[in-house]
Amino acid sequence: MKQTKLVFIFPENTVEEPITYNLITNYGVQVNILRASIDPGKQGRMVVELGGEEIQISQALNYLESLGVLVAPLAQKIRHLEDRCTGCTACVPHCPTRALDVDRDSWKVSFDSEKCIVCFSCLETCIYHAMSVEEQFA
Amino acid sequence: MAKTIEEINAKIRSGKVVVFTAEEIVEVVREQGIKQAVREVDVVTTGTFSPMCSSGAFLNIKQQKQKMKLGGGFATLNGVPAYAGLAAADIYIGATAIPDGDPRNGNGRPGKFRYGGAHVIEELVAGNRVLLKGGAYGTDCYPAKTREQTIGLKDMNDAFLFNPRNCYQNYNVAVNLSDKPIYTYMGKLKPKLGNAYYCSAGQLSPLLNDPHFRTIGIGTRVFFCGAEGYVAWPGTQHNPSAPRLENGTPKTPAGTIALIGDMRQMSAQWLRAVSFTGYGVTLSVAVGVPIPIIDEDILRSVSVTDDQLKAPVVDYSEYYPFGQGEAKLGEVTYQELKSGSIRVKDQEVPTGSFSSYALARKVAHHLKQLIEDGDFLLTQFQAPLPGAVTGKEAA
Ligand code: SF4
Ligand code: SF4
Repeated sequence: MKQTKLVFIFPENTVEEPITYNLITNYGVQVNILRASIDPGKQGRMVVELGGEEIQISQALNYLESLGVLVAPLAQKIRHLEDRCTGCTACVPHCPTRALDVDRDSWKVSFDSEKCIVCFSCLETCIYHAMSVEEQFA
Repeated sequence: MAKTIEEINAKIRSGKVVVFTAEEIVEVVREQGIKQAVREVDVVTTGTFSPMCSSGAFLNIKQQKQKMKLGGGFATLNGVPAYAGLAAADIYIGATAIPDGDPRNGNGRPGKFRYGGAHVIEELVAGNRVLLKGGAYGTDCYPAKTREQTIGLKDMNDAFLFNPRNCYQNYNVAVNLSDKPIYTYMGKLKPKLGNAYYCSAGQLSPLLNDPHFRTIGIGTRVFFCGAEGYVAWPGTQHNPSAPRLENGTPKTPAGTIALIGDMRQMSAQWLRAVSFTGYGVTLSVAVGVPIPIIDEDILRSVSVTDDQLKAPVVDYSEYYPFGQGEAKLGEVTYQELKSGSIRVKDQEVPTGSFSSYALARKVAHHLKQLIEDGDFLLTQFQAPLPGAVTGKEAA
């Protein structure tokens, strides 16, 4: 039994298939959706934990690839460097999951790594060098 | 009854001064009314912390034993070119300068602009040393032709920020009407009104609290990145004749001020280098301007709130860069901007800012504290800014 955390990146026009359902019933893997950001007609991302035998997982990944879904290991983690954060809110409208959010009374910007899907938007939009990527060696 | 700056300074010296921030004053006026509050309150403090591209530092670097004339030669600091067209030892490093060879916008990729003049300035203020490389043609009196040395503020006779344009009185709200993302000095704008950026502290912003420049002029002492700085001149592009609302505040970018201050007194807490993906490097600076409550009119001005301040929504895909396309996308209040979304062309558009309201507030409170502690005295300006309304006729 193997557990692995992966990011699924769906192209804009992925076929309408019940992907999660198929993974579970046809390939016998356990699917734990950690985060998802999927809008019809737009590129989507899903962070999942797959569990199962090596062979089941690799067959499941072949199936995803046949649909045009990109699969990448969740090897990176985003960090919010609070002492560098000015609370400007530049990152907020670009964060797809509200992992970065602002309290509009205190104007403090908080980061919830549980909600983060590692899309790198904040790395591009934070001008104050307050977001960073950490490689995970798990 | 009008109060003079001297009377206010006397109260600061005796520890009896009454100070509020431009946020706090709203409640005070609501409770006490203008007539009562004008007798009570002596000073209202404003604040802003925001990228201000027109910033830079004059540095005079101590000579070595064998002297060198940088003027007419070249100088770089950590690889970032400084302007050396001055006297033998004076250089100017601009916030937006970037090193030769920095990977810029190329191959369709937005550049990251990780390091530039602003970063050099931040390092110097933080007490770090940077690598100076200089080249000169050599003269009888200045024989040295090259110089390579790590230097900090201690190796300089003088180091002061001189920012030709800071504290814009109001600013555009940037959006993108096109169908591809764009990278601008107002951030990454998603296609089809995907987001909007604004850049002002609104009700805490210095010049929005004294819209007719009745108390802010040339020679006004201000809090500048931790130092006591001064308004040196009207800022470049200062435009007092912008259209205004009934409360006197401009509806478009209007007044500006040029600021000067000693880098040795500054702290890296109040000054930050920033990198705009796809645009470039610039500097965020903290400015706090104290406004003396000399009469009822000025008290009314500083009591302005975000719902009474408006900014124009501007398309940065066509209208700003090319001067064509849709000019008028409407006006929104700072209250709407700060709520997290505005409506443009019947569409809900999420907002964000580069100007930090949290730090603007911190600046205003810090300046308030300095004044209450008797550590910051007010000044009477020496000359008004162009377009200033100094007499009784002010709104
Ligand atoms: S990478 Fe940044 S923008 Fe993307 S989800 Fe995580 S916090 Fe939000
Ligand atoms: S853009 Fe950067 S500095 Fe601004 S709130 Fe987000 S993390 Fe903080």
